[in-house]
Amino acid sequence: MIEAPFTPEHDLFRKNLRDYVERELAPHALEWDEAGIFPREVFTGMAELGALGINYAEDVGGSAGDYWYVVVLAEELVRSRNAGVNMALLVQSQMATPIIGEIGTLEQKKEFLAPALAGEKIAALGISEPDAGSDVANLKTTARREGDEYVINGAKMWITNGTRADFITLAVRTGEKGYGGISLLTFPTDVKGYSVSKKLQKVGNLASDTALLFFEDCRVPVRYLLGEENHGFYHVMTNFQGERLVAAIGAVAGMDRLVEDAIQYGGERSAFGRPLAKFQVWKHKLVEHLTAIEAARWLTYRAVDLFDRKEVAIKEISMAKLFAGDLMQKVVYDCMQLHGGMGYVVETPVARAFRDARLLTIGGGTSEIMKEIIAKLVPGL
Amino acid sequence: MKILVTVKRVEDWESKIKVRPDQSWIITEGVNYRANPFDEIGVEEALRLRDANAPSEVVVVSIGPAAAGAEIRSGLAMGADRGILVKHDGFLDSDAVARILVKIVEKEKPDLVVMGKQAVDVDDNVCGQLLAEYLGYGQVTFASKKESLESPEEKGKKAGLKLSADKKSLQCAREVDGGLEVLEVSLPAIVTVDLRLNVPRYASLPNIMKAKKKTIEELLPAALGVDIAPKVKVVKVEPPPLRTAGIKVPDVAALVKKLHEEAKVV
Repeated sequence: MIEAPFTPEHDLFRKNLRDYVERELAPHALEWDEAGIFPREVFTGMAELGALGINYAEDVGGSAGDYWYVVVLAEELVRSRNAGVNMALLVQSQMATPIIGEIGTLEQKKEFLAPALAGEKIAALGISEPDAGSDVANLKTTARREGDEYVINGAKMWITNGTRADFITLAVRTGEKGYGGISLLTFPTDVKGYSVSKKLQKVGNLASDTALLFFEDCRVPVRYLLGEENHGFYHVMTNFQGERLVAAIGAVAGMDRLVEDAIQYGGERSAFGRPLAKFQVWKHKLVEHLTAIEAARWLTYRAVDLFDRKEVAIKEISMAKLFAGDLMQKVVYDCMQLHGGMGYVVETPVARAFRDARLLTIGGGTSEIMKEIIAKLVPGL
Repeated sequence: MKILVTVKRVEDWESKIKVRPDQSWIITEGVNYRANPFDEIGVEEALRLRDANAPSEVVVVSIGPAAAGAEIRSGLAMGADRGILVKHDGFLDSDAVARILVKIVEKEKPDLVVMGKQAVDVDDNVCGQLLAEYLGYGQVTFASKKESLESPEEKGKKAGLKLSADKKSLQCAREVDGGLEVLEVSLPAIVTVDLRLNVPRYASLPNIMKAKKKTIEELLPAALGVDIAPKVKVVKVEPPPLRTAGIKVPDVAALVKKLHEEAKVV
């Protein structure tokens, strides 16, 4: 793979998505951040474009497309200038639902997956807990088997789409301590004993709702078990790969937009009779970023290529997320700095990007977690 | 009903257009291309007419370089049935385009040809009129509709052009100064469409995938027997004058004085 394998169909999907995102989403970026939520119709609108079911089978409403269509989605979504909306849509289609597509029963796919891909049911992924994030083997929410039911008790934290999810792909402990006792369930949120305890006030991604959830003697039928009992850990770990990969792709595309905006603003704004973009200090800084962004893109595309071909890509994906997430912090800092006072008011996209970008070294596994994962894969470390 | 709809590959209006140093044309390197937006409205209308009058067929035709296949694919992904690309690199005047289209119409024998009222690259607005004249067909230009683009009719994807019960004529509204006029044109006919006729649909990924299987027939102007030697040539192109810096005036009186004496507008 020397060129990214985008076909005329990928290009056409990109054009339609870009038009949609720029016309239907971007104009509301500020308004939805202020509201702390966005309309449900965004899910159905994206579903009509086929943007939620890209890489799912046709019998659940998908298009059976390759992963490069997901790349197109993650790249074009950043044009909404609203990282919260993007995150919600990617959780809906690429984080909470892939497991159901892979190991769900026909019944589970019909009840949960198909309506999620049609934008009719909002999906959330329930893995992190107040005391366990990437340390999945330590999670404490329990599901006790009683006849044909599981009885669930515990709490989930930092759950995107959490305040209004119609169902949660939920990681629970059904067995022994450690990774061998973890199972996955599809959990409908209209079950008695379930409650949204708190909508979290975040630094960025404001249009996306993030919640603390409680489960108190919640009873669900055993048929909601995803795959085999106590075999959930492997699927959670695999699922992280897709989550981290879309984060890296989105980060690179986000940096493209930031530098593009900075160059435009730097060409329009003058100081001492000269456009900012013509000062050597800014020229050099922006060129350094463009160079690093290009490196991040090709590291990410390398990971995508492996992932798309179902090869092992844990190291490459972790490196892509680590590199792109860390680089974003420098790029957004400088692009905001170039905007001067305008960069400090939230009407300007770079100001909101500055808040939102912080998540990229934290969400989906922190940079430190990425380094731990990579270190384990390097002989001698 | 068979509907032929034309789509031209034009410079994306969001691209920054620069003129070549010798002023012979614009610099095309680094410019993005897409379908003429009026033509996208034409495709949308053709699809709505087709779906309201089954069985019908929509054929997308484009004249241009091989790359114009992308704009045909875009029409096919919106839902058109098949495509025709008349391949030609380089400049064609509107008359040559109209005469190529005459041959396509003679070959396909559509009941209706839908075209954008003009292409946003050169804004000539003559192709549809020339085609109607050469074919001896009736024409309605600047087709629009009474209902707004926010109306329930538009949300329900209703066609603005109405086929008569005997399927021999088409009723079209067109915008005139201060109102609308409603015309009825006998078929076959040429209709050119205006901005407020409809909101074109987005092509969904499943439909983009389906369009892969649809056929695009490729033809050459020479094989159609059309002499494309231009009757109109581009002498030169010029960018619009650069905006000069404004000035500040101390008070309203000074402003009015300048508007009266220098700008001569009050």
